[in-house]
Amino acid sequence: MDIHEYQAKEVLSNFGVTVPPGALAYSPEQAAYRARELGGDKWIVKAQVHAGGRGKAGGVKLCNSEAEIYEATENLFGKKLVTHQTGPEGKGIYRVYVEGAVPIAREIYLGFVLDRSSQRVMIVASSEGGMEIEEISAERPESIVRSTVEPAVGLQDFQAREIAFQLGIEPAMTQQMVRTLKGCYQAFSELDATMVEINPLVVTSDNRVIALDAKMTFDDNALFRHPQIAELRDKSQEDPRESRAADRGLSYVGLEGNIGCIVNGAGLAMATMDTIKLAGGEPANFLDIGGGATPERVAKAFRLVMSDSNVQAVLVNIFAGINRCDWVAEGVVQALKEVQVDVPVVVRLAGTNVEEGQKILAQSGLPLIRATSLMEAAERAVGAWKNDLDQNTRVRAVK
Amino acid sequence: MSILLDRESRVIVQGITGKIARFHTKDMIEYGTNVVGGVVPGKGGETVEGVPVFNTVKEAVEATGANASLVFVPPPFAADSIMEAADAGIHYCVCITDGIPAQDMIRVKRYMYRYPKEKRMILTGPNCAGTISPGKALLGIMPGHIYLPGTVGIIGRSGTLGYEAAAQLKELGLGVSTSVGIGGDPINGSSFKDILEWFEKDPETEVIAMIGEIGGPQEAEAADYIKNHVTKPVVAYVAGLTAPKGRTMGHAGAIISAFGESASEKVEILSAAGVTVAENPAVIGETIASVMKKNAA
Repeated sequence: MDIHEYQAKEVLSNFGVTVPPGALAYSPEQAAYRARELGGDKWIVKAQVHAGGRGKAGGVKLCNSEAEIYEATENLFGKKLVTHQTGPEGKGIYRVYVEGAVPIAREIYLGFVLDRSSQRVMIVASSEGGMEIEEISAERPESIVRSTVEPAVGLQDFQAREIAFQLGIEPAMTQQMVRTLKGCYQAFSELDATMVEINPLVVTSDNRVIALDAKMTFDDNALFRHPQIAELRDKSQEDPRESRAADRGLSYVGLEGNIGCIVNGAGLAMATMDTIKLAGGEPANFLDIGGGATPERVAKAFRLVMSDSNVQAVLVNIFAGINRCDWVAEGVVQALKEVQVDVPVVVRLAGTNVEEGQKILAQSGLPLIRATSLMEAAERAVGAWKNDLDQNTRVRAVK
Repeated sequence: MSILLDRESRVIVQGITGKIARFHTKDMIEYGTNVVGGVVPGKGGETVEGVPVFNTVKEAVEATGANASLVFVPPPFAADSIMEAADAGIHYCVCITDGIPAQDMIRVKRYMYRYPKEKRMILTGPNCAGTISPGKALLGIMPGHIYLPGTVGIIGRSGTLGYEAAAQLKELGLGVSTSVGIGGDPINGSSFKDILEWFEKDPETEVIAMIGEIGGPQEAEAADYIKNHVTKPVVAYVAGLTAPKGRTMGHAGAIISAFGESASEKVEILSAAGVTVAENPAVIGETIASVMKKNAA
């Protein structure tokens, strides 16, 4: 789960990381008022969306007066911010963060990630702050400093000092740097984060180390033990279909294509999408309905897939292990009676009791297209969609 | 004598009193697995599917001589249960549980390194379907009847996609020596490389099939290991060619976040290491069959 910059800053400041003075606003009036409260004569207005690259996309504005803040904020609210991380549809701006400007002397990149090779938390830092880490590793790889943390004892002072010296931080500020690094690590490990990124971490001209930006991602599997973090979820930043699916215990990712997929198991779901592509189509979604393909789950899955107006055909691919094919087939039949599905549906069942399953589908009287192999299923789904296209018999309006 | 698991393995089920665990305990016993007990704290003295339940893994090991364990414990407590098994002297543990916090798994891995290698428990999973040595024993939740006994060693991150591969092999009359699910989580007990090492040494395995997916460095690490250490032919399939970058595809570990983690990059890396890559999931079985034919000639 992602959180907003202002939330990450609040979390990190509780762990001893220094952040600029700032305040949240939900309207231009409020933003101008916040600036007056903060004092000073230079402020930064930052759109709060769950994506990086906000500066380049016009989501961050430097303002010199309350009037400028009002204007900048008015232009941001209600808009969709499109950055290289949001996709073309962008993310809605419903909150802005107003911060007092700080005098920057240098910018540092600082990231904490779960490193899957060492199976530990890894610190990635670079003297080239302000650039995206991908750019840094492409253009200035020699500037990157890495350090892994031994999980039994946590981040040690000497490791933090090593990083500070490697980044060329002046000795007088080493202690501030150590405090920042240890604070981030503590937040990471105590709150079950999977990523903490401060880009840039700045050294100011008056010798302070300050987190100018902050990004945190948390482990969904650990939210049960951090209710205060779970509360920070902002559904306005999620794809509505994906949040609806997540609330129903289904794993869904919306894509650009038009063949809807309903599959049990994540690997098989990806493999099914790949097969659709090979057969000349494009998958509309990833959807894993989980091991137990109960009739209720199948019905929920159909509702979800059909809520995507791009879907022109549906491919159901279930490998029934312990849950037998006849039972899954009954679920599919029941779901199709409950949910109005006005596009061709291809069903491929495999595994335990496959013959009985096929028989139930055949005798249901529903206009289902049956397939036995994965390739055949994909070809039939793509074929059904193309056939509709050719004969102009498609009932769904094209978006 | 198959790898990790055979008829002689003495199995306990941790969390045996849960509904799903009961169901699969029965299924494993019917398959021929030597299930000798279960562990649920506070339920010691009960009996499930004819086997005794103990309060601790240590008690279960002392009373039954158990050396293998299947963990069905809910996510908040699963890491603790794995460490309990490691401490009690279990040799091989499969964890089925999906949804264990990643940092819990980091702690589990670190904890297991307290033991010298010869005493260290082997863990596969979490978030996997388990391990099966067809015709001998089943430690997991897979449908046993789709696996024929044979000489193909399977290693996979995904449950149902692994079933798909086994079913394709069965259709072609080919069987499996052992199939090992390493699971879909970002931090797992054993990697492809760890299990490749076992299959390379296993006289019953003739060809090795790796079923990978997007995300993480383990397919690339395996490629490097294959190039230098594996003499048996290896076939691979990597799921997720159509998966977008930066999105989690069901499995917590199936996310492209770095170079070399996309399906096409993994295919390239594996091919360069001499692995025969099945181009699509529908031909995994055929590809293995043709490699076996070539190998026999």
